[in-house]
Amino acid sequence: MSAVLVLVEIVDGAPDRLSLEALRFAAGLGGPLEAAVIGAPGVAAAAAGLGAYGVATVHVVEDERLSAYSAAAFASGLAAISDGGSFDAVIVPGSERCTEILAHVAARSGAPMAANVVAVDTAGDRWQVTRQRWAGSLLEDAYLDGSPRLLSVAPHVVAAAEPMAGAGAAVVQMVTADITESDLRARVSGIERTASDKVSLAEAKVVVGGGRGLGSAEAFAILDDLADLLGGTVGVSRVVTSQGWRPHAQQVGQTGTRIAPDLYIACGISGAIQHIVGCKAAKRILVINTDPDAPIFGRATYAVIGDVHQVVPAIAAEIRRVQS
Amino acid sequence: MRILSLVKRVPATGGRINLAADGRSIDTAYLGFVVSPHEECAVEEGVRLVEAHGGEVVVMTLGPAEAADQLRDALAIGAERAVHLETDGADWDPVATASALVDAVRTLETDGGPFDLILVGNESADSGGYQVGIRLAVALDRPMVNGAKAIEVDGGVARARRQAPGGWEVYDVPMPAVIGVREGINLPRYPSVPGRLRARKKEIERMTPEHRPAGPEMIRLRIPVEQTQEVEILGRGPEAAPRVVEILREIGVL
Repeated sequence: MSAVLVLVEIVDGAPDRLSLEALRFAAGLGGPLEAAVIGAPGVAAAAAGLGAYGVATVHVVEDERLSAYSAAAFASGLAAISDGGSFDAVIVPGSERCTEILAHVAARSGAPMAANVVAVDTAGDRWQVTRQRWAGSLLEDAYLDGSPRLLSVAPHVVAAAEPMAGAGAAVVQMVTADITESDLRARVSGIERTASDKVSLAEAKVVVGGGRGLGSAEAFAILDDLADLLGGTVGVSRVVTSQGWRPHAQQVGQTGTRIAPDLYIACGISGAIQHIVGCKAAKRILVINTDPDAPIFGRATYAVIGDVHQVVPAIAAEIRRVQS
Repeated sequence: MRILSLVKRVPATGGRINLAADGRSIDTAYLGFVVSPHEECAVEEGVRLVEAHGGEVVVMTLGPAEAADQLRDALAIGAERAVHLETDGADWDPVATASALVDAVRTLETDGGPFDLILVGNESADSGGYQVGIRLAVALDRPMVNGAKAIEVDGGVARARRQAPGGWEVYDVPMPAVIGVREGINLPRYPSVPGRLRARKKEIERMTPEHRPAGPEMIRLRIPVEQTQEVEILGRGPEAAPRVVEILREIGVL
């Protein structure tokens, strides 16, 4: 097997979590591991350290024009590295940015690309990949051809690579990319910071979820109250945002936020697959629902069969009682 | 403004997905169909931009004969014209899909002038390839912003915002441009009754797309094996509250 090239995103001087997952995934294919690091001048500083993750050579594109993000310009960087070597595959982390960078590379050459891959079989004449459809509710086995093959790794299907003690530094090779004016047409021109003292949905330890069973925007007051008592935040199903009961920013699911709390309390939620893919990473799920046949029960650790309008206030009252 | 919105017909899945006998598609015998969610918002966004700045929205789909329903949904909320690239219903790979769409855009632009904006969904709900919009933009040599949750237009520039860790990225792109929209950019309106009637009467323009498969080449679909767990029923109704609080303490969230 020839080498596999992994795109590594450097955040605050170190590879980010999804990049480490992509490195572990790529190492599992058995070939020699090389990496691509692309960014503004200075990004090369983190390159040699990738040796600790089993990377032999790191190809680096440093360019002033990459100081603000542009998918097309980063794609020119990745293409320069990929074209300069002979790789069996180019593998990128399944982040929004890295996926779109790879799509730009694929689009320019007309090569196929597989997004959100969970497994690769290199044994036959053609590579077979298994990739996620419906955000992981369904898997597709497919042949992926290309020279190199282009694929992104689905988030969180493998653990992050761990640094190996005593591993040597990687060889760092600087590469010049042909970044054009047209690459810079769609470039980040500014970042608007959002200040919030609320726990973010993606990072909350407890999420109290509400669905159609709540019946009205007003009914969500009981979920807000329970979430406050537990130091958590409220998440909602797609029905709730399409009814206008709650803003889309609180939506959990395929087209909303994917959450991974210690506890998800699903209130009046039936469990459509669009919602399940957003909450199945929760460590535990407590379901409160009148219908014991609702699909969400198949995901539940604990369940209370009953009406959320009665059960949720009763839980809040009990918490207040034991805390006083 | 001339805006083209691209939509895909996808099944409205419920609590679980079942596969058809061929193992290569979803059993849709008991399912309805909708416009893929991000794209439903892309149509709405196009209609809002035209309401604010004038012009027209053209909606286009590549899909089976039945996908005309989704075009009519878009016509009902304010799209002016609909174009159908009709297929036999087989699954088209992203490269083939994009190249057929590019052919069609070129034809439409030869006849009617360039589109200021082509709006697509960030990714389709079903196949989730994350690439058709980008392939379209690259083939047409237009700037592309994916994942947009806000779009404003001023003169020849479209300002798109997308959510990133800790804030919003702002892109100012010269038009013509391609923008991939994410759900949440707006709350799509319900079609009015007159809107539905108008949509029913409109002629859908048909084109026959050329199918040039290029991969990935689907072998089969599979339902992932999920570990199911035993559910512990904590009780019925409000009387279950004390047991729930016990559990909350046990697992350390209280």
